[in-house]
Amino acid sequence: MTEEKTLIKKIRATAAMREVMAAYFLELDDAARTGSAKVVWCTSVGPAELLRAFGFLVYFPENHGAMLGSSRMAAELIPAANAIGYSPDICSYLTSDVGSYLMKNTPLTKAYGIAGVPKPDLLVYNTNQCRDVQDWFAFYQREFDVPLVGIHTPRAVDEVTGEIVAGLVAQEKALLPTLEQVSGRRFDIDRLREVVASSYRCTMLWKKVLNAATHHPSPLTFFDGTIHMGPAVVLRGDERAERYYEVLIAELEERIAGGVSAVDGEAHRFYWEGMPVWGKLREHAELFAAHRACAVASTYCNSWIFDPLADEDPFVGMARAYTELFIVRSEKYKEHYFEEMVRNYAVDGIIFHNAKTCPNNSNCRYGMHRRLSARLGIPHVVIDGDLNDLRLYSEEQARTQFEALVEQLQERRSSQI
Amino acid sequence: MSADRALFCGVDVGASATKLVLLDASGNVASRVVLPTGVDFAATAAVCLDRALDEAQAPRARIANTVATGYGRRNVAFADAPLTEIHCHGIGCYHLFGRAITIVDIGGQDNKVIRLDKQGLRIDFTMNRKCAAGTGAFIEEIAHRLGVPLGEMDALARSASQTVRLSSFCTVFAKTEILTQLRLGAPVDGIVRGAFLAVLDRVLEMAPLVGEVVLSGGVAAHNPVIAEILAEKLGREVEVAPHPQFTGALGAALAAWRQSAP
Repeated sequence: MTEEKTLIKKIRATAAMREVMAAYFLELDDAARTGSAKVVWCTSVGPAELLRAFGFLVYFPENHGAMLGSSRMAAELIPAANAIGYSPDICSYLTSDVGSYLMKNTPLTKAYGIAGVPKPDLLVYNTNQCRDVQDWFAFYQREFDVPLVGIHTPRAVDEVTGEIVAGLVAQEKALLPTLEQVSGRRFDIDRLREVVASSYRCTMLWKKVLNAATHHPSPLTFFDGTIHMGPAVVLRGDERAERYYEVLIAELEERIAGGVSAVDGEAHRFYWEGMPVWGKLREHAELFAAHRACAVASTYCNSWIFDPLADEDPFVGMARAYTELFIVRSEKYKEHYFEEMVRNYAVDGIIFHNAKTCPNNSNCRYGMHRRLSARLGIPHVVIDGDLNDLRLYSEEQARTQFEALVEQLQERRSSQI
Repeated sequence: MSADRALFCGVDVGASATKLVLLDASGNVASRVVLPTGVDFAATAAVCLDRALDEAQAPRARIANTVATGYGRRNVAFADAPLTEIHCHGIGCYHLFGRAITIVDIGGQDNKVIRLDKQGLRIDFTMNRKCAAGTGAFIEEIAHRLGVPLGEMDALARSASQTVRLSSFCTVFAKTEILTQLRLGAPVDGIVRGAFLAVLDRVLEMAPLVGEVVLSGGVAAHNPVIAEILAEKLGREVEVAPHPQFTGALGAALAAWRQSAP
């Protein structure tokens, strides 16, 4: 008996994406070394546009966390953070990033020839995703002795009311004096409008990329998405991201027109709920492809679609964009969201990744997986793992659960013949 | 070889034991073999096959199709196809019971709760989380700590006049808890009964056990008392699959048989 052959197809645009990402990191490195521009560290989901409007180059520790996971360096580095009191139970992006700092070891060196992460002049967070980011950035505030400011977003929000938005707009505006002081520039509303408009165009292009997967067969997988979302995360508000997605979209449209699927003989369409297991991305892509399964949709990749940035008031647009997103919302909202996604992408089954150190990105802890399966009549499986800490992941358990789900779908189809 | 002399093989390479079932062309069991899995999955599976063929007094050439299941399913060189143990336990138990059931399989390193509808189609399934607390490995650890041979655990649990509750999720913590209980003078038989109850507590956390419950797996095979304790907990009867350790291998053999059906 032999393993089935790998059927992963490479996306040509990947080379262009690597160039965009390399330029981004080299620019940051140069700025940090020469002082040619101020560097700000920001949480991945905002308020990057506000920072770019002041001419800051924006670095995202969460993106570095993902690189630490996908390069599998995290396993070596997390213990260093644990040893200084950062629990193995908290965000493994945080612990692997802090470990990376302590051990002076970063994947940026191998990828881009950069000695270390760019030293910040300012740290800005938004707690919309979790509280850990605040403590994560506070570590660096103590290390670098630079200003730390942030936006505190309400969580488990059902309806994003005018009151919530007004409160967040006030918090955004309260950042302005610090941003002016550190950047040495006056706030320019027109520049902010330009950046937000560019960010909006980028996010709409990214939406178009992900929507391509509604096609049967899908021209891309969730695993492709986790790689190609890079520019939407680190360069939205910068026109280079827009140019890149135009290239990617053209290739996906070419695939659709030519009937080229991301997975040969696509037979099963899955929804991946939760974070990727970064260190197992390739293995998972191979496992899915070997079973003619395509992960066509995910909560994670869709988290960088920000329709509200179209608002005529950029402050309101940012406040809404960074509060209306999935992770900030109530269980009721999330359940409705899943239903829409399952319908739009014609999903056969849902894979819930229960990431041990990321409760806010694990949506199978309050019974939603069971409620959804019962209501939608589609099966699911819960895979225990983690975004970065592979000590919390069992390869064989995950594989068995995934294969059992595929068998269940095949059995159902056979019984209907 | 004529079709009526064909044999169909199912081999379940589990974390603790490897089980093999041969079916004849009518789907009846021709032989069963179980051996400790050890460290060489492929070699153990091959020895199981040789012994099963000896028992059936049949040459290897009579085997028409083989399905492998269990953790080592991809290590069985003579298998034609792999299927998960979740799927195979479902097929095996449905073959034995033929109605809607909830299967509780307690194995060496994992537990499964599998719900089948009246046609034998899987409704859903749950596996235990990464930790082996609540599996056969837990019973082995507790037996080791108490210095009780594994084969005596069932009888000891039956003789207990009280149950000492072990509440820890973690096997290591449970062993620490046992130290505390021993220090307080708790009886060993009560602790053993408590260990079986702790295994079932972990199972009951996995999914609601609705409808008719069928126990399978090595723990039920070697410790039938666990079915009685589960029945007590549920307040209703619990079935134990005939040859409960072999339901996965039986399911694999049945899948091999069906795959070859004309």
